[in-house]
Amino acid sequence: MTVRRLASGGRIDRATPVRFQLEGRTLSGFQGDTLASALLANDVRIVGRSFKYHRPRGVLAASAQEPNALLTVGAGDRRTPNLPATLVDLFEGLVCERQNGWPSVERDVGSLLGLFSPLISAGFYYKTFMGPTRGAWMFYERWIRRTAGLGKATHRPDPSRYETEHRHTDVLIIGAGPAGMAAALAAGRAGSRVLLVEQEALVGGSLLHGAVGSADDRCGFGLLEQLAVLPTVELLTRTTAFGVYDGQTVGLVSRIPGAFGGSAEPPYARETLHVVRAQQIIYATGALEQPLVFGNNDLPGILLAGAVREYLHRFALRLGERVVVLSQHDSAWDTALDLAEAGAAVTVVDARDRVSDDLLARAAKRSVTVRLGAVPVTAHGSRAVRGVTVVALADHRTEYFACDLVAMSGGWTPTVQLTTHTGVKAVYDPALRVHVPGPLPANQQVVGAARGIVRNPLAEGHTAGERAARDCGYDGAVGVAADAHWADVPLMAAGVPRAPSVQGKAFVDFQSDVTVADIDLSLEDGFESPEHLKRYTALGMATDQGKNSHHNGLQLLAERRAKDVGSLGTTTHRPPYTPVTVGALAGRAVGLHFRPTRRTPMHDWHQENGATFIEAGPWLRPWYYRWAGADVASAYVNEMRLVRSAVGLSDVSSLGKIELTGPDVGLFLDRVYVNGFSSLAVGKARYGVMLNDDGTVLDDGTTARFGTHRYFMTTTTAQAGEVMSWLEFLLQTAWPDLRVQVVSVTDRWAAMSIAGPKSREVLAQALPQLDVSGGALPHMGVLEAEWNGHPIRVARLSFSGELAYEVYVPADHGIAMWTHLLDVGAPVGIRPYGLEALASLRIEKGHVAGIELDHRNTLADLGLGKMASRTKAYVGRELSQRSELVAADRWSLVGLELLEPSGTLRGGAILFADGEPMVGHGRGYITSVTWSTVHERLIALGLYQGGLAHVGEVVVCAYPLRGEQVKARIVSPMFIDPAGERLHA
Amino acid sequence: MLRIPCPHCGVRDYTEFRYAGDATKVRPTHGTDDVRAWHDHVFLFDNPKGAHREYWQHVQGCRQWLVLERDTATNTVGRAWLAREGAAS
Amino acid sequence: MSEISRYSAWSLARRAWSGARWRRAWRAAEPRPSYDVIIIGGGGHGLATAYYLAANHGITNVAVLERGYLGSGNVGRNTTLVRSNYLLPGNTEFFEHSLKLWEGLSHELNYNVMLSQRGQLVLAHGPGQMDVLARKGNTMRLNGIGAELLERADVQKLVPFLDYSSHCRFPIYGGLYQARAGTVRHDAVAWGYARGADHLGVDLIENCEVTGFLRDGDRVTGVQTSRGVIHAGRTAVCVAGHSSHMARMLGWRLPIESHLLQAFVTEPIKPFLDHVISFGAELFYVSQSDRGGMVFGGHIDGFNSYTQRGQLPKVQTVAECAVALIPGMSRLRVLRHWGGIQDMTPDGSPFIGRTPFQNLYLNAGWCYQGFKATPATGWCLAHTIAHDEEHPLIRHLGVDRFERGNGHDEYGLGLWTYKQ
Repeated sequence: MTVRRLASGGRIDRATPVRFQLEGRTLSGFQGDTLASALLANDVRIVGRSFKYHRPRGVLAASAQEPNALLTVGAGDRRTPNLPATLVDLFEGLVCERQNGWPSVERDVGSLLGLFSPLISAGFYYKTFMGPTRGAWMFYERWIRRTAGLGKATHRPDPSRYETEHRHTDVLIIGAGPAGMAAALAAGRAGSRVLLVEQEALVGGSLLHGAVGSADDRCGFGLLEQLAVLPTVELLTRTTAFGVYDGQTVGLVSRIPGAFGGSAEPPYARETLHVVRAQQIIYATGALEQPLVFGNNDLPGILLAGAVREYLHRFALRLGERVVVLSQHDSAWDTALDLAEAGAAVTVVDARDRVSDDLLARAAKRSVTVRLGAVPVTAHGSRAVRGVTVVALADHRTEYFACDLVAMSGGWTPTVQLTTHTGVKAVYDPALRVHVPGPLPANQQVVGAARGIVRNPLAEGHTAGERAARDCGYDGAVGVAADAHWADVPLMAAGVPRAPSVQGKAFVDFQSDVTVADIDLSLEDGFESPEHLKRYTALGMATDQGKNSHHNGLQLLAERRAKDVGSLGTTTHRPPYTPVTVGALAGRAVGLHFRPTRRTPMHDWHQENGATFIEAGPWLRPWYYRWAGADVASAYVNEMRLVRSAVGLSDVSSLGKIELTGPDVGLFLDRVYVNGFSSLAVGKARYGVMLNDDGTVLDDGTTARFGTHRYFMTTTTAQAGEVMSWLEFLLQTAWPDLRVQVVSVTDRWAAMSIAGPKSREVLAQALPQLDVSGGALPHMGVLEAEWNGHPIRVARLSFSGELAYEVYVPADHGIAMWTHLLDVGAPVGIRPYGLEALASLRIEKGHVAGIELDHRNTLADLGLGKMASRTKAYVGRELSQRSELVAADRWSLVGLELLEPSGTLRGGAILFADGEPMVGHGRGYITSVTWSTVHERLIALGLYQGGLAHVGEVVVCAYPLRGEQVKARIVSPMFIDPAGERLHA
Repeated sequence: MLRIPCPHCGVRDYTEFRYAGDATKVRPTHGTDDVRAWHDHVFLFDNPKGAHREYWQHVQGCRQWLVLERDTATNTVGRAWLAREGAAS
Repeated sequence: MSEISRYSAWSLARRAWSGARWRRAWRAAEPRPSYDVIIIGGGGHGLATAYYLAANHGITNVAVLERGYLGSGNVGRNTTLVRSNYLLPGNTEFFEHSLKLWEGLSHELNYNVMLSQRGQLVLAHGPGQMDVLARKGNTMRLNGIGAELLERADVQKLVPFLDYSSHCRFPIYGGLYQARAGTVRHDAVAWGYARGADHLGVDLIENCEVTGFLRDGDRVTGVQTSRGVIHAGRTAVCVAGHSSHMARMLGWRLPIESHLLQAFVTEPIKPFLDHVISFGAELFYVSQSDRGGMVFGGHIDGFNSYTQRGQLPKVQTVAECAVALIPGMSRLRVLRHWGGIQDMTPDGSPFIGRTPFQNLYLNAGWCYQGFKATPATGWCLAHTIAHDEEHPLIRHLGVDRFERGNGHDEYGLGLWTYKQ
């Protein structure tokens, strides 16, 4: 290629030169160049090495379909591999490198692989690498992985920012070529909200292929000007519609100029994901030019004809001096004539026997050599094309043309991918010889070249836009379509044969290095359907997702199998249309914003007073406090001691809270809980357990009765949402006749537990207006009151086995009550305690919690069998009686005490009977462990086969992950106060 | 994405809802001790490829349970109505 | 012209430089009027079953009926992970048997399935979760299966580029590591078993859709298909997401809901991740294929679907997990995402074995784990068909187990979760 930047023309800003770096070399281009055009302008011919054979490759196209010019742009934490240089806007300071060559792309050792190509044809890795030993593949894999892949990515976190926008629009138009713009104009004039998106930086589509100032160019500008005055039309450029999803939802990604790295990247979002819900979709996605398949068709200097023309008119680059145009479509003649106009010596070789007299005349005027009825056999050259051999189809005579540029056109295929994403398969049109969109639903239309034939895109677009707007209810005046009629131009020529034989590798898929020989090999092996062919050879599976190979691959397959293309079916197109940055899909949900954080009302106090937090689902809860110790292991024990000896205060706000009101609440609770609640007296609370329909435990909690028709339920933190939805489900779908209202009030109330022998005196002093004496507020009693003008609730409940109360205050006043209790209790030593101590206290009490409520356990497993009513039905009762759920040898709740003081107990240890071989699944496992301040030893809860029938027996706790085994004794899980004296103090 | 026509809140993204499967299953009367009936209700599904009536709860909206008509083979969404009005509406 | 049947480096060379040609991987067989065994479903499980019927039991008068092309279902679209880190009795043994079969499979089939035992790390983000993993790891070790419990520092040494910063929403606490777990090339498995079965005489019949069953009372005697009626001594159903569809033809309801699972692959890059990693804060798993793309996936979309395409919000959710787990994945680009039909069961464990119908066997309900089970399923189902009795390794997986109890809730998720 001898590339020349022409003195004038192009859509570049010659007044603004731009410097960039390629592998450390400083080069320059202009504002308006893409990285691809800038590389071409700087005579960079080899832009990468192919995937398998490491053949030198040059730029093929000018747009998103580019398969070869994939570069790594950016450095350090902005390093981004595999970017198509045709989509990267050149910007000052851009840093880039080419990929897949070692030590360099210019001189790549990997090219030696070409010598082995007969051995490494399609699917070869299935047939070898199996020996000599069983693990052999892992040995070969190490090397194969290094040659696979294209660019090298960085592990460093991404410093860029990405945004997500949610949009609703009436009419979404994908593609701002002539058809798309005409549609937007009509729909906008009718008054509808229009979103017009274009993946390139410039609008115009095929109108950009002509010279600046040409009729096409002026037409494009005209449309743009008219669109700009319509208030309801929004245009997004550099925006790719990557996927169409159910419900008329379309995913778009917008990129800013300079989106690809470097310090030029601004602090706002590098890319924005738009989730668009559209009433109407119009696909104006145009068509993609296809390569021709002939020997060595992958040499640098062989480009698509349309791309050559775009480089000429958009970037003022004449890519060669002696050009061969390989054609089977009139559009390639435009390239030939424009190149000749720009001073190149041009030869057109067209596979068709006849072309229009007008084309021949124009060719003659520009001294373009013409050969009709001839097709290429092979291209010549090693690192760049230097000539092409063609063969005349009539007499099989060959002819050689020296050249430094080949512009090839295998016709055009409509860009149908988006139309197929929601399950409408593309249909092969034998008259047009391309796959066109299938029958779309009424709220989706296709216009322009995307239909398979170019008739009158402006009129088509206009009609479609008007109809789309009308279907949304807008009937404003839309005027008339601009008058511009293209002759009916099919995208694909009729009956164009191939050369009878080729020399050299004839590539069908450039990116996966799939040749015609590979297709033959696939058929030889019996992989005949398009899907099998694709998977076996990897045809269409690389980053261009078949845009440059799918059509030719199907044609070849059909020829080889002597079948119609239409009868073969096609492979499924999947989103995204072009690759989408993972970070753009993640948007702002990164780092600490990955998922929402729920904080209790007292969170800030904990933060300022030495709490270390731990996640409990989405919640942050205080784990332990600094006053008690430097780490959790030391702190929780001190916190426990305080509670057992004096008084402590803990934040239990994350528990679910549900308000139930209505005449039938008691009846409802009787159905939902295994025990009875309609009989609960006003002013009392009761511990309840509810089952799933299948008889396993769903949740436990305490429900209090504040009024005849008013109950207040608490649930575990983890199951709050589940239980709420479950109650609503039952009320609305199963028992709509019950007069019950349920409201979630989890976030309405701050909740704290004051626990310990001194808790009553602190509470009494803090709330002097209340009578919290033993008589007035007995164990499991509840009362409502006021404090500083706010409603509060107090319940005498204990999770820990100590005298304890739960205090509920409106959330906004949580900190006020919290600090009040701490102030009042200071003389008796009150301090806050965290989740670890809370959990440990309940372990001593033998109270089950989240780790035991794992959806597999029954009531009886958890030692709660006696809770279940024998007189009333409850949810889950019937299925809880299934034979395996009541079997005697089930694993049920036990306590364990450590017998070897030098050892330790751990959650997750597997239990065996003392003396039996320690193999298999054991007889149980430890669920929770704590230091017992009461017994001054390690204790645990666990599940053991046969449960409490084995009290007194010795078991072995096996923990092979740490090489440990220790002996423990099975005891009752109620380690403290089995008679409940502390509770009833 | 699936867009569900909540009778109270209008057409909303399915991500605002929680799914609970086949709405045509009739829950045995509370207290029925027919274990077979409970087993079949809880564990067996028609699971049709095609027309489906299913429960969705508008968790991030009105919190009502709805019955939605949807074709599981095409994701075409039909009508939705409040579950308390009955699954056979 | 001679045909090369056996694969090796030597035969590759022979093909390259002599006139010999490869023998077809499998014949395009025409259906015969009857077979001893018909297997409905030409995916990984069906093909493996056919292979082991022939190889282990000498039963070769077998047909596999596939309505599309072989391997077009879940075997061709999964995230390729294999492992045997299972907790519950029955599951531990079954999946370990499968892993052992994986380890010998390339040799057995003379087809490179590209088993890469690169190790799987399951992360824990808190002490409670760590205990849950420990229980599983201890169980594995006590069953002779290697496992290691890693503290946070160990995880950081193994995979230094996860998020260990203070900006991490769910800090890594530790993890469970199975060194023998890894990945396999999914297409190779289907094709390897197909070729193996075909070369042993099994007929593989593509583009043949079963439209009904032939019955003699409660005995199934064959099938009606788009290519005619075929009689069978015994019939097995291995159709994954379409199991309910098949069962309906017999008036039979299954404990299965068909859901949508999406999977993703990025553009190919040079080696970036050497292990399989499972996130612990949400369901998400990632590995790198030998071609270089990062392969990953997450939770099911959450509602019954046969569409084989997923919703966009789930794409976002999965991308969020990717960046949360491996911040460096942010600048990589998703090349392709696709969906499949996943047959979900009330306890997350599958059904293999006999059915209420004589001479009919069911293999279904594999939820997330069908691919890794492929060899053991084939092995055990072949045995079950040959003996009309369940192989010992699958006795806990009866389709009727919910009549007796809750069976096998491997992850303790309970009934509701898979509906979300």
